[in-house]
Amino acid sequence: MTQTNTVPQQSLTQKLANPTRFMQLSAKLMPWMAGAAVALILYALYLVFFVAPDDYQQGQTVKIMYIHVPAAWLGMMGYALIAISSFGYLVFRHPLADVSSKAAAPLGAAFAFLALATGSLWGKPMWGTYWVWDARLTSMLILLFLYFGLMALRSAIDDEALAGKLCAVLGLVGVTILPIIKFSVDWWNTLHQPASVIRMDGPTIHSDLLWPLVVSAIGFSLLFFALHMKGMRNEILRRRLRSLTMAEVDRARSVSAPAAAE
Amino acid sequence: MSAFWTLLKRDLLLQVREGGAVGTALGFYLVVVAMMPLGLGPDLNLLSRIAPGVLWIALLLAALLSLPRIFEADDEDGSLEVIATGDLPLELATAAKALAHWISTGIPLALLAPILGLLLNLDIAAYPVLVATMLVGTPAISFLGLVGAALTLRARRGGLLLALLVLPLYIPTLIFGIAAISAATGGPSGFQASFLILAAISLFSLVIGPVAAAAAIRFQTQ
Repeated sequence: MTQTNTVPQQSLTQKLANPTRFMQLSAKLMPWMAGAAVALILYALYLVFFVAPDDYQQGQTVKIMYIHVPAAWLGMMGYALIAISSFGYLVFRHPLADVSSKAAAPLGAAFAFLALATGSLWGKPMWGTYWVWDARLTSMLILLFLYFGLMALRSAIDDEALAGKLCAVLGLVGVTILPIIKFSVDWWNTLHQPASVIRMDGPTIHSDLLWPLVVSAIGFSLLFFALHMKGMRNEILRRRLRSLTMAEVDRARSVSAPAAAE
Repeated sequence: MSAFWTLLKRDLLLQVREGGAVGTALGFYLVVVAMMPLGLGPDLNLLSRIAPGVLWIALLLAALLSLPRIFEADDEDGSLEVIATGDLPLELATAAKALAHWISTGIPLALLAPILGLLLNLDIAAYPVLVATMLVGTPAISFLGLVGAALTLRARRGGLLLALLVLPLYIPTLIFGIAAISAATGGPSGFQASFLILAAISLFSLVIGPVAAAAAIRFQTQ
């Protein structure tokens, strides 16, 4: 007990920055988050297929929206997470920030791709084409390219610490694209519909359609965070394993070197 | 500030005396544009319609090819470390390098564009606008490319990776460059708005490029 008194007061982020504490906490949180994600997504699917009405113009294709919209949100949120992590890593040298940034890149790319894929499946019956060069679609595609760039840069540099720092720089440069995506639909009058859920004067979407969408969005967000946490855990374990292996190699060298000298 | 000008003068002199640096980019530009009619067919109406796009994309590619050289030679002979530890803030040093790249590559490419426009049957009225948008847009290419060049300095397959990192960042420049030209030749959108946004992108990259590139160089020369 006397030891804890000498330790200076730590803030919450500093406490969480300790990888060991993060591993303990995330091990407890993981099953709950994953379970809640599965339950909410199943409930959302039930609402989508058995409760929510079909659109009077779009018919059943409106159901694609319940996957498409959360995927698009999470595709953008993934990049916001990378940008915050990059900032935290460059400014505060937060040891988990780089791990978080690395784990978020493939997840964000997957959700951005899902948004584009479901959007084009919806576009074929509704717009008559799988793809249009609309401002929103184009900027989402650029976001996907940014994810590819981040992953490629990380894999192209052998020194892991350096790769993390350089990816953080790229992550912060690329963050300028996020507002362009968010507002592209408002700035340019294009085919993709403007924001109808998150806006100043309240949602313009009918509550029968809104409620399943909210459930679906929360479910997919929980899925994202559960997968992100799992990715971070894997990365921490991989780094520990790597440093253990390196220590083993060093030890083997120091044992064999004197023997060779004799 | 004199260190900034000295560095700029040195880089420009190196570009001239190294031989082939500027000429290669111009030659690449010429060849890529000349390939287009061969691939698309010699229909003059079609060519004149797509000419601004072809000229802009070929310019992006030509500028992209010369980006790795911004830091490569200095990194190989060690002068990059000297620059990084010198009195001049690294942000200004990287800005000088990007400025040298713009003067030695961006401006010649922009000035060559109207001549290549002749090959593509570009509307004569579009020539001043084409050169103006390119002169305003190419600083963004140099200063955003600077970030890519700094990030991929020590990476494996740096050249390919550089294209993957930098081309997505060029997309807004390309979109508004084309929009300004098509507006001036009778398109639907206003010329002034597109042109001003293009200038804004260039000014923005002028600020963000050197800072990000300096951070990346610092991490790699430590």
